[in-house]
Amino acid sequence: MLKIDNLVVSYGGIEALKGISMEVEDGKIVTLIGANGAGKSTTLRTIMGLVKPVSGTIVYNDRDLLSEKTQNMVCRGIALVPEGRRVFANLTVLENIKIGAFIRKDEKGIKQDIEWVYSLFPILEKRSWQLAGTLSGGEQQMLAVGRALMSRPKLLMMDEPSLGLAPLVVKDIFRIIQEIHKQGVTILLIEQNANAALHIADVGYVMETGKITLKGPGKELLSNEDIKRAYLGQSKK
Amino acid sequence: MTLDWLLQHLFNGMTLNMFLQHLLNGISLGSLYALIAIGYTMVYGILRLINFAHGDIFMTATYFAFFGVVTFGMPWYVAFPIVLVMTGLLGMLVEAAAYRPLRDAPKISILISSIGASFLLENLATVIFGGVPRPFPTPEIFTGVVTLGNGLMVQKLIFYIPAVTLVFLVALLYLINKTKTGMAMRAVSKDHETAKVMGINVNRTISLTFGIGSMLAAVGGIMWGMKYPQIAPLMGVIPGLKCFIAAVIGGIGDIKGAVLGGFILGIGEIMLVAFLPNLTGYRDAFAFVLLIVILLCKPTGIVGEKIAEKV
Ligand SMILES: Nc1ncnc2c1ncn2[C@@H]1O[C@H](COP(=O)(O)OP(=O)(O)O)[C@@H](O)[C@H]1O
Ligand SMILES: [Mg+2]
Repeated sequence: MLKIDNLVVSYGGIEALKGISMEVEDGKIVTLIGANGAGKSTTLRTIMGLVKPVSGTIVYNDRDLLSEKTQNMVCRGIALVPEGRRVFANLTVLENIKIGAFIRKDEKGIKQDIEWVYSLFPILEKRSWQLAGTLSGGEQQMLAVGRALMSRPKLLMMDEPSLGLAPLVVKDIFRIIQEIHKQGVTILLIEQNANAALHIADVGYVMETGKITLKGPGKELLSNEDIKRAYLGQSKK
Repeated sequence: MTLDWLLQHLFNGMTLNMFLQHLLNGISLGSLYALIAIGYTMVYGILRLINFAHGDIFMTATYFAFFGVVTFGMPWYVAFPIVLVMTGLLGMLVEAAAYRPLRDAPKISILISSIGASFLLENLATVIFGGVPRPFPTPEIFTGVVTLGNGLMVQKLIFYIPAVTLVFLVALLYLINKTKTGMAMRAVSKDHETAKVMGINVNRTISLTFGIGSMLAAVGGIMWGMKYPQIAPLMGVIPGLKCFIAAVIGGIGDIKGAVLGGFILGIGEIMLVAFLPNLTGYRDAFAFVLLIVILLCKPTGIVGEKIAEKV
């Protein structure tokens, strides 16, 4: 579905991605883990066309993605839950949900999907008339996910959806990611919470300072000694 | 009548009728200020930019009206809608030429570009339209006076201006708060990048914002021309500055704030001259003094932009 090859991205001469290659297969949950500053967000932002790479290719369903404008990504079935939620604080919760369906014209389908988002996140329905800026962090995260779902994406990319959330809310978010996946959405998940991410992922990539250092099935990476030490907070036995 | 008595004794012989006259004048001047201030606030809201060319767009609208009615002999109800459209397009042109290429440039560059656009319009107007002031062709239907019940005589325009302003204001608020386009405008004003991710055409949304703001300036310009029927290439400078101040006073970025600021400024200015005729010469300074006071007491303006972002 999505294939990245030898992608190099630099910010004013400093390379943030030093030629990474990775693949997201249709129908899978793929996770990209790594420490702060490894280049995970840069990867997603480059896929979305928010950052222009120095070299490399990104191909989506056999078509070049790099020449596509950000605003057209959603038409091609790619949705992003950005780092830090980025809900529109000055819009109501309902408006935030509706804006996720901005490119859609099928009023009926949109109505149904609003109900679907409400069923995934009942709290959003209760808060529908509130300004999004007044929500708690966890609620904002749910809103950001719900908003992304409203475009009926084929590929949903999430940048650290669990960051800064209470453990119980994190569990909720991960449960819902799996639920969304079951409905046929391919997922590219960025996480610092490597343990939880690898548990649900079909494939995991580990990123270190702009390079992919490891790749493998989620379960396999979970038992990898280096990963245990570096990301799962367990020391070598 | 006590108010009458008070006015008479405190303010050398002002009668209640005179006071009402001033109040009505203030309201219509405030309406004009509000219409222009909205353009500043909308552009600031979406680009965090002070569009110094806005006052000159306002000026150009009055010339469009002049040429439409005088040169081309169009009836006003044909000419004025055309003026609105042309002025809207002018605003969009200024945005596309002077601001869009600098979208990712430092704020100061865009600000300088806006000052440049302002000078360009002023000088183009002087060259093309001539520096000599021209009479504004007020249609007959908008002239004349009415006598109110208590013998007070006022221009009909005094009522038309706030009424027209109200109509456009309601339409604007409806557009912004109730339509999909308006939702896109609000989203873009908060976060360009995320708006793009949602599939919103940010450039088009910004362009539209300039178009709408400029159209409202044209509405203000036409009515300004009727009230102060002389137009000149530099006529936009002082109203432009004052309306920018009005927008800041109300809380820049907020439409209701701009309207509030416009009325405070318009009514305040007229009342200052009415009650303290000695200060008539300081009429234009009033806006600046008010600006300083507001900036000292409440830098975000009266309505103020609330910043509520959670981690
Ligand atoms: N807009 C930017 N300008 C300059 N450097 C940046 C920018 N965004 C990210 N970086 C740098 O690129 C590197 C990767 O950042 P990022 O992709 O955000 O990492 P991660 O999401 O894995 O924490 C970091 O060293 C960061 O400082
Ligand atoms: Mg990141």
